[in-house]
Amino acid sequence: MARMTMIEAVRSAMDVSMGRDEDVVVFGEDVGYFGGVFRCTQGLQAKYGKTRCFDAPISESGIVGTAIGMAAYGLKPCVEIQFADYMYPAYDQLTQEAARIRYRSNGDFTCPIVVRMPTGGGIFGGQTHSQSPEALFTHVCGLKVIVPSNPYDAKGLLISAIEDPDPVMFLEPKRLYNGPFDGHHERPVTPWSKHELGDVPEGHYSIPIGKAEIRRKGSTVTVIAYGTMVHVALAAVEETGIDAEVIDLRSLLPLDLETIVQSVTKTGRCVVVHEATLTSGFGGELVALVQEHCFYHLEAPVVRVTGWDTPYPHAQEWDYFPGPARVGRALTEAMEA
Amino acid sequence: MDEFSRLSLHVPEPAVRPGDQPDFSNVKIPKAGSVPRPEVDVEPEAIRDLAYSIIRVLNREGEAVGPWAGLLSDEELLTGLRHMMLLRAFDARMLMAQRQGKTSFYMQHLGEEAVSCAFRRALRKGDMNFPTYRQAGLLIADDYPMVDMMNQIFSNELDPCHGRQLPVMYTSKEHGFFTISGNLATQYVQAVGWAMASAIKNDTRIAAGWIGDGSTAESDFHSSLVFASTYKAPVILNIVNNQWAISTFQGIARGGSGTFAARGLGFGIPALRVDGNDYLAVYAVARWAAKRARRNLGPTLIEYVTYRVGAHSTSDDPSAYRPKTESEAWPLGDPVLRLKKHLILRGAWSDERHAQAEAEIMDQVIQAQKEAESHGTLHAGGRPSVRDIFEGVYAEMPPHIRRQRQKAGY
Repeated sequence: MARMTMIEAVRSAMDVSMGRDEDVVVFGEDVGYFGGVFRCTQGLQAKYGKTRCFDAPISESGIVGTAIGMAAYGLKPCVEIQFADYMYPAYDQLTQEAARIRYRSNGDFTCPIVVRMPTGGGIFGGQTHSQSPEALFTHVCGLKVIVPSNPYDAKGLLISAIEDPDPVMFLEPKRLYNGPFDGHHERPVTPWSKHELGDVPEGHYSIPIGKAEIRRKGSTVTVIAYGTMVHVALAAVEETGIDAEVIDLRSLLPLDLETIVQSVTKTGRCVVVHEATLTSGFGGELVALVQEHCFYHLEAPVVRVTGWDTPYPHAQEWDYFPGPARVGRALTEAMEA
Repeated sequence: MDEFSRLSLHVPEPAVRPGDQPDFSNVKIPKAGSVPRPEVDVEPEAIRDLAYSIIRVLNREGEAVGPWAGLLSDEELLTGLRHMMLLRAFDARMLMAQRQGKTSFYMQHLGEEAVSCAFRRALRKGDMNFPTYRQAGLLIADDYPMVDMMNQIFSNELDPCHGRQLPVMYTSKEHGFFTISGNLATQYVQAVGWAMASAIKNDTRIAAGWIGDGSTAESDFHSSLVFASTYKAPVILNIVNNQWAISTFQGIARGGSGTFAARGLGFGIPALRVDGNDYLAVYAVARWAAKRARRNLGPTLIEYVTYRVGAHSTSDDPSAYRPKTESEAWPLGDPVLRLKKHLILRGAWSDERHAQAEAEIMDQVIQAQKEAESHGTLHAGGRPSVRDIFEGVYAEMPPHIRRQRQKAGY
């Protein structure tokens, strides 16, 4: 066991995978010599050589497009999009190519690629470094979508993603890179070294894709969250004293519906939390599923806490970001309904 | 008065429209055999002229002349002629089958047969093409079973794609033919990635990307050239300039640059322009580019100057946007007739044998069609299962798709 930040955990996952399988290659903007703007690939080029970890031109469609070609050849590319906000030029390659190659060719060709991208807000990144585009991926059949909330999961899930036979979008909440940020921006963040989920095995292990984790057991209301919002929700539960059950989805597609249904059936109340904008967000899908599967157990309308339906602002970041106060109010609303 | 007048927007127009006399005076055609053949390790800057000329081997008389001639034996040329004739007969039958309602859609190669048929013969087994929908000659010239192509077109019970993909969007890893997407230009950069992978693994195989004149305007074309240039990928980047992108003449995509091939020059990629209706020239240039790639010298850009004699697909009528007689005026002629003439001149072929071969080939295609139709056509007979809708989205079916399949009754 070692204590790792989420950056170190992600790096370790790639390191372990590259060490075990010579077909794993890593590339993207600034990821080679420099090791990535968040340093997730630091040292990989020195260790594995520049044909297995290298810098790419600033062309997201080119990065994903070449990765698809490499996967068709038989490699397992794990590429980095520098910020999730930069993935749009690659969206055509992801939705119409990567996601459909197995299907349209009836398995003659496949596309085992991983596309890593730092996601979410909380770093004063403004409109172009704060977005949470997960719903744009969950709407695409053929992709898998993962959002880890801690170093242990990040490593185990990234290894699973690299070993997966299909294309996986791996969204890394950048505000969690160095610690379990709970939305209290006015306080210093606790480092991962002081958190039990910062305990990460140095070698190979994997976490199955499609399995949620209950972060806090509770009996009165279910909170469904992923990524940074898991820690925000835990803080809100602590501060309101409401005995909520907090589910960390970890994988959005495929989704662990069973865990959600079991919990909501038990609590009868549900709050869905994400950073992304409200309208047509992934929360809408979650609410619909809860309604379809738990309607006769519900004691109150399901509440959503999300980013506002506006572009992500710069100076007003903390009025936009759904922090623990807003999640706390939603919990109270669900309890009082 | 201001020294500047008001601005106006330039929108290019083709030289002629329906009702006008065809005019190809803008297509400058050098004499066959006049373009030099450089060594494959030539510096790209030294052969800039080749991006503005047209490499031709067969002259008007049907002779093979100049430095790009002399690569193919009688037997190889007869095989090439047979492939082109097969593709033409196949197209004719499938076009008719579409009109008979046996499939929803078809795209023919008429006039462009030499490009894919000759190119395939310059590659080796194991090399990978990333084709568009107008390179079925890559399959025909690699002896892919014609019945399987028809099964795919008819979306019948033996369709290799299980009914999921539009007609003519074939796939065959075994025959070096990447699954056709139907989107434009996306596959071009994938070819570069495949080639990079081959180089990463110190393999000997090379890749070929395919794009049309119109879709060179897509940003994927630009990123393909950047990646190919940066990593010196062992890839041949083919542009089939058949003059028309559905109803849009090639000037809309080409803009102010002299030729499509010239786009390679800014990337430091050797760029060659070739007579796409000349089987010998296509083969010679493709082999030159393949040799470059295999010697780890990097990518080559090739523009095939040809003409789309037929409609874009079964969904458009060319007489609505270009003169009806334009194809007859195309100055580079017909690829089948040109090779036929050359073979007769070589003493390896005759009009009689050609007529006999035409009949035999049509019979072969009709037999294949009968067999394919016995397994169903789009609206009749054997068809893929409804289960096939749900299979193969992922390697392992996730629970939500399983639930939907059950809901559909399967």
